[in-house]
Amino acid sequence: MVTMAVQVAGNAEVHIPLRINLQRVEARRKLRAFALAVPLLLFILITFIFPIARMMFDAVHDNTLLKLMPQTAAALSAWDGKDLPSEGAYAALAADLKHAWAQKTAGTIGKRINFELPGAASQVASSAREANALSTGPYKAALIEINPIWAQPEVWAVLKRGGSSYTPSYLLRSVDYQYGPDSQIVALPTDSAIFRDVFLRTFGISIGVTAITLLLGFPLAYLLATLPSRVSNLLMTLVVLPFWTSLLVRTTAWVVLLQSNGVVNDVLMTLHIISQPAELIFNRVGTIVAMTHIQLPLTLLPIYSVMKTISPNYVRAARSLGAGPFYGFWKVYFPQTIPGIAAGCLLTFILCLGYYLTPALVGGPSDQMIAYFIARYTNEELNWGMASALGAILLTATLLLYYVYNKLVGVDQLKMG
Amino acid sequence: MVTGALAAAGFAAGALLPPRAAFASEQLTIISWGGSYQDVQLRKSFFEPFTKATGIKITEDQWNGEVSKVRAMVQTNTVNWDVLDVGVGIGELCSHGLVETLNWNRLGLDRTKFLGDDKTLDCGVPHHASSTVIAYDRTKLKNGPKTIADFFDLQKFPGKRAMQKGPTSNLEWALVADGVLIKDVYKVLATPAGVDRAFKKLDTIKKDVIWWTAGTQPAQLLGNGQVVMSTAWSGSINNAVKESGLPLEIMWDAQMLSLDFWVIPKGARHLDEAYKFLAFGGSPKPQADMTRYGNNGPANKDAMALVDPTIGPNLTTSPAHMANSLEFDYSFWGDKRDELNQRFTAWVVQQ
Repeated sequence: MVTMAVQVAGNAEVHIPLRINLQRVEARRKLRAFALAVPLLLFILITFIFPIARMMFDAVHDNTLLKLMPQTAAALSAWDGKDLPSEGAYAALAADLKHAWAQKTAGTIGKRINFELPGAASQVASSAREANALSTGPYKAALIEINPIWAQPEVWAVLKRGGSSYTPSYLLRSVDYQYGPDSQIVALPTDSAIFRDVFLRTFGISIGVTAITLLLGFPLAYLLATLPSRVSNLLMTLVVLPFWTSLLVRTTAWVVLLQSNGVVNDVLMTLHIISQPAELIFNRVGTIVAMTHIQLPLTLLPIYSVMKTISPNYVRAARSLGAGPFYGFWKVYFPQTIPGIAAGCLLTFILCLGYYLTPALVGGPSDQMIAYFIARYTNEELNWGMASALGAILLTATLLLYYVYNKLVGVDQLKMG
Repeated sequence: MVTGALAAAGFAAGALLPPRAAFASEQLTIISWGGSYQDVQLRKSFFEPFTKATGIKITEDQWNGEVSKVRAMVQTNTVNWDVLDVGVGIGELCSHGLVETLNWNRLGLDRTKFLGDDKTLDCGVPHHASSTVIAYDRTKLKNGPKTIADFFDLQKFPGKRAMQKGPTSNLEWALVADGVLIKDVYKVLATPAGVDRAFKKLDTIKKDVIWWTAGTQPAQLLGNGQVVMSTAWSGSINNAVKESGLPLEIMWDAQMLSLDFWVIPKGARHLDEAYKFLAFGGSPKPQADMTRYGNNGPANKDAMALVDPTIGPNLTTSPAHMANSLEFDYSFWGDKRDELNQRFTAWVVQQ
């Protein structure tokens, strides 16, 4: 500090304390480091955080009815929800239906109402067509005559709920609940309640595949880590070669292997182990086999990387102190591999949650995982609210599981090698 | 370093921009279903003659009936497709305003000459009638199924079946197999009791059904011996027999006839060229030409006169095959598709 004051010749007032100078240099260094990281931060913000935030938003936001039937929404704000609304609401409905017919949006409106009341789509479309002919009131009687659906309080309840941009319908439907006839929340009838089963199935299959890949991968990783490097490298090539083959190719190869006249069944029948072809594909067996095959390298490689860093001296020391082979392995070697196991299992589990293609190709209709439904709602049923709701629930459940995992194992314990 | 980063960013941004054609006019993007249907039938009878006659270049691509793709394009006003070959999806495309309403005077064609009803003809020009049929392997089933009830008869014809994963065609056939007359099928299906009846009939074979999604799967499943009978598109079975030599037979009883239309997505960039193509595609000669490459009957009634008389009886629209056929009801499915799709998805997922 004193040194700095002396070097500034003649300017006795300008004392730059070393502390301040240090702070300034540190700040500049931090800014430079931040500037280097800014492109990555922007990238993650745009391609990761923003779409996920948008998806969570779409799961609860739906202004279809507000946008396409504005007059009805406004007229219903005064309605108390009991019985049927007044003539004014019907007049507003007629005006909106006429406008919808002219703008060709009656189909979209019908589709939205149909989501809550199956069967309503065709009624709404035909009502719009015929409401076009109405020119003067009284609208209530006329609309009810055009279609009795407008005399049902349920439809009006849906329209009233549609007046708000935010709706819990999609989230409710994703856990098999819906709005009942009196606007209370009821469970879906069992023949259309599928999502709870699907979520349980998704988590069940993911846990199952993770466990199987761990059981198969751990011994293999141990072998790879302890063999001399020439043999070990050759075996490693055999492990990663399928890993580098396209996912689709591998899945279709399983179809060839597991089908009724496929390789596996032919071998088993030739050896007289079975007399009828076993059903190995288009069911849970095929799904789990194919998924295990695809995920095995992903579980195995982190475990292998960690095992490579474990010196054999520890187990030797344990044996020399009197530990039996299994005791030495379990108490000395295995705990050191836990970070790799944790990393591999977490990776496999999270990837399995999102599996869509493999169950679609080799699984049966009751093996479809949640990603299949998300894709279906996005691509085929054009119901992005539902797809977002399912995705939001999957994301939340995954984050919760990750939190529990963190508490049990600790993320700072994870090692990839 | 900063200039390098800026340059890299600029390059990346340029690579992310959608590719644009070098010439804006005199070309057309046509989307169809792919496979040899597009490569052989459409290209030889429609695309190549059209380009030769008008000089307009055609860029082809394919889709799988995803109406949502069209919706996304129209809503964001980035319509890259000029002409679309659509089948049963036309009901939804039309009622949601996703395709241009056609001016038939501009096309120069006579509406009354075409199969198809008023609502669908507002939105598209039909070019052929394809059908969904039952196919089986004649070496595995020496006495094959003769009626649709045989498909549902596990006693007479044990073994697995393959059906398209969706309610269309399957519900109608379930009702016909249950004894409903063909002319009453859609009336019955419009009632809740009728839908229940159809699903109950499907329940009787549910355990033995493998569900297919792509048009080439039925031939594969039959060829691999995975199933003994399958619902299939007549065109793809025909191709499988011609190209792979599989011993497949078609049972024409209760064939589901559906029309394939050329439509123009709303806001397509090359509207003039699209209209020219639709006018060409609706005329009798190319439609008659198409029968040389496949067994789909033409949708323009005038084209039947130009069809080779030896091919005539094999077509989907031949009198023998039309005798007991079901015509796909577009307005019914346009209205009820959502609801029945939901119900079917829930039904197929449960054990």
